[in-house]
Amino acid sequence: MAEQHNHQPPDRSRRQFLKYSGAAISGAVIGGVIGGAIAGGFKKKAPAPAPTPTTPGGQAAAVADYNQATMYFTQSQLQITQAAVERIFPKDDLGPGAAELGVAYYIDHQLASPWGINGREYRTGPYVKGEATQGDYQSIHRTEVFNLGLIAIQDASMKKYNNKFPDLADDQKDAILTLLEKGDIEVINGITGTSFFNLLRTLTLEGVYADPLYGGNKNMQGWKMRKYPGNQMSYTNIMEKAEFVTMEPMSLRDHIAH
Amino acid sequence: MATKMPKVPVVIVGMGWLGGIIAAELSKQGVKVVGLERGKPRATEDYYMVHDELRYAMRYDLMQDLSKETITFRNTSKMTALPMRSYGSFLLGEGLGGSGIHWNGQTFRFLPYDFEIHSKTVERYGKKKIPDGMLLQDWGITYDELEPYFYKFEEVAGISGEQEQTPMVGKRSKPFPTKPMLKTPILKMFEDATKKLGYHPYMMPSANLSEQYTNPDGITRAACQYCGYCERFGCEYGAKADPVVTVLPVANKTGNFELRPYSNVVEVLHDGKKASGVVYVNTVTGERYEQPADVVILASYVFNNVRLLLTSKLGKPYDPKTGKGVVGKNYCYQTNGGSATGFFDDKEFNLYAGAGSLGMEIPDFNGDNFDHTNLNFLHGAGIRISQTGQRPIATNPVPKGTPTWGAEFKKQSLKYANNTLTVSPQGSSLPWQHHYLDLDPTFKDAYGLPLMRITFDFEDQDREMIKFMASKTEEIMKEMNPTSIGVSNKLGPYNIVPYQSTHNTGGAIMGADPSTSVVNSYLQMWDAENVFVVGASAFPHNSGYNPTGTVGALAYRAVDGIAKYLKSGGMVV
Ligand SMILES: Cc1cc2nc3c(=O)[nH]c(=O)nc-3n(C[C@H](O)[C@H](O)[C@H](O)COP(=O)(O)OP(=O)(O)OC[C@H]3O[C@@H](n4cnc5c(N)ncnc54)[C@H](O)[C@@H]3O)c2cc1C
Ligand code: SF4
Repeated sequence: MAEQHNHQPPDRSRRQFLKYSGAAISGAVIGGVIGGAIAGGFKKKAPAPAPTPTTPGGQAAAVADYNQATMYFTQSQLQITQAAVERIFPKDDLGPGAAELGVAYYIDHQLASPWGINGREYRTGPYVKGEATQGDYQSIHRTEVFNLGLIAIQDASMKKYNNKFPDLADDQKDAILTLLEKGDIEVINGITGTSFFNLLRTLTLEGVYADPLYGGNKNMQGWKMRKYPGNQMSYTNIMEKAEFVTMEPMSLRDHIAH
Repeated sequence: MATKMPKVPVVIVGMGWLGGIIAAELSKQGVKVVGLERGKPRATEDYYMVHDELRYAMRYDLMQDLSKETITFRNTSKMTALPMRSYGSFLLGEGLGGSGIHWNGQTFRFLPYDFEIHSKTVERYGKKKIPDGMLLQDWGITYDELEPYFYKFEEVAGISGEQEQTPMVGKRSKPFPTKPMLKTPILKMFEDATKKLGYHPYMMPSANLSEQYTNPDGITRAACQYCGYCERFGCEYGAKADPVVTVLPVANKTGNFELRPYSNVVEVLHDGKKASGVVYVNTVTGERYEQPADVVILASYVFNNVRLLLTSKLGKPYDPKTGKGVVGKNYCYQTNGGSATGFFDDKEFNLYAGAGSLGMEIPDFNGDNFDHTNLNFLHGAGIRISQTGQRPIATNPVPKGTPTWGAEFKKQSLKYANNTLTVSPQGSSLPWQHHYLDLDPTFKDAYGLPLMRITFDFEDQDREMIKFMASKTEEIMKEMNPTSIGVSNKLGPYNIVPYQSTHNTGGAIMGADPSTSVVNSYLQMWDAENVFVVGASAFPHNSGYNPTGTVGALAYRAVDGIAKYLKSGGMVV
């Protein structure tokens, strides 16, 4: 069980870090994690890693993931999204696809955040369509782009195949997504299918590779597929190594002091 | 109505690197200083959960809130400028430490050529070499005069670098304060390849501390851990030099410095000859305050330095039609493009690990280090490789012809996740009469002030330069022996959408002549002797290097000017 013996509780990794960096400076460090670590912030014992239930075959048994419920989407929006992102990043012999990684839930949670309503963007009008070099200026929020974009996908599927998008065969789904990507499916005036598709693609990669705390990259499997170690305390001792070093990934969860 | 605060000797607008440097140095000299920062206070503890690509690199957690303020942009004055509604080409800083918190730390000095670019170009190639409309201008200071100030910044920050230096870069009076960063296998490949080609590679000067270091102010910081979350992130170890872990603790210790966060300055008060203080709005309560001061220092980054001058009607606005006036003139940027990407099918590198300024560069095609007689452009680019930590959302390189999604994309992006290397130029940007900053006629910020409007495009000069540099990056990459290479040698029009660099320069430029510059070589304003405008806004052009080393040097020089002014008044040059 790689999970168990490679899992580094916060206090151990931080002590190791202090050792590598020679950072136990006598009282001189200003603030920061090092100061915090010395001051005892991470000396509290981390709990033993939760026992992972196993089946006789050694497979991890499915545990309910309470994160997998929607904050924004309707059931049908979730299903269309799930079907679309799985085609963008499909399951294959290299590993899980976007659906299994929780990408649709990731997108749902993002849309429910201030980002979904373009919270930190300039929203004062007039909204004028400019040159391509001036950016793609949408007057409506991302949540609405999604509402309309998913309808556009569903409508196009009904029209072309007389079937709902999630029920299409893979090559049919790809054909619809290609039309969207090319801009042949219009979402709404001003918002071409292309920009909705690009948004969908970006969100898919985010959901595959963002820290699992956001609801995607389930069990860090996105990272594992590309041998990305997540976040570690220090890489100093491997920097000059010629060979590739594979590590069991760590997530932000591993850095929470309990 | 604004509440009037008690008068202070010095008020600083903006607490990034430059505000921090000036606060530390003046308060050490016993001068009372108030620092106004529109954003929130910050401490290293805030970065405990910082290894989060989505939050910091993709959602710009540490950057300016664009819902309150942004810039507008157009390529030419024939177009209508539109707001940059979401982040793209550059990322603006906000909060204590400004962009100094989430920078990479690549800390170069501009070349001796840069400071005397006009004279030296004319001397070597004749006047005709400078095309019509290109406003090349000397800086009013030489490299040698600025050298001690460069060192001062490097010493405070603990900049690392090699002891031996090629004469192609400016001569140093003292070696770098810390040893170079670790040379990884990737950097060695670049070093071998460029040496074989007869070039002069050197380790990038770095503000990510290569070893534990105590600076002259007695501040000790730990070594960089090569954590790979540097650019766009704060450093949870305090290893990356930033204002909060270097200069601000020094200012705080003196008892002469008062920081006021959540304070957005909206006006510089003046009578046409001298400033009397500033007006700011508390961003939490909305209350207005007037802060009278003997000296007003603008350190609010290029855009707000220029914008505050224009909205406060201080100095002569630049008119691109007549070429008269100065405020807003010589806006420049950085010319990126022409990189060569190598795919190494049967190798794997530890690309997930890295540091913001871990890299190597050759100076052979920067500045005037090569003969331009038969070339259609001036200046050049630093050509470099860097290992800053390839994070998985943003880095999914695939060879040309690979679909951008679906099974094949997945396969190829996983295959090339750890074996794709890039050699890229960071090109200079030279000033033109029709590139400038002024006030947008339509769009306003949250306080009702017009947004800064940028009129800028890439020119043939830039396209020629990128074509030339692409041939060099390709040559170097070939020598590194990848399985396949992708190169692009075309530079399109300037586009505000893709991130390029936060190296905006000009608009309140320095010089020896008040009719062609806003500030003198102490960054003191010609039109208001008690106003100092500090930042890359002072650059008459941008070099093929990151700006902050040079900006830091100018800030230390400005400190000397401010101190002189506080003693004797008048223009200090
Ligand atoms: C991702 C990134 C990577 C970078 N990497 C490098 C690098 O490797 N090497 C390099 O040389 N440079 C780099 N830079 C650029 C570098 O960060 C800047 O040159 C430098 O930080 C500028 O310092 P400054 O003090 O002039 O401005 P800033 O750091 O922008 O500080 C200005 C401060 O003023 C405040 N302010 C603005 N307007 C007002 C107002 N009206 N009232 C009150 N306060 C105000 C802002 O909130 C901000 O805190 C990078 C920048 C970014 C964004
Ligand atoms: S790479 Fe080094 S300097 Fe940069 S954030 Fe990580 S530890 Fe700090």
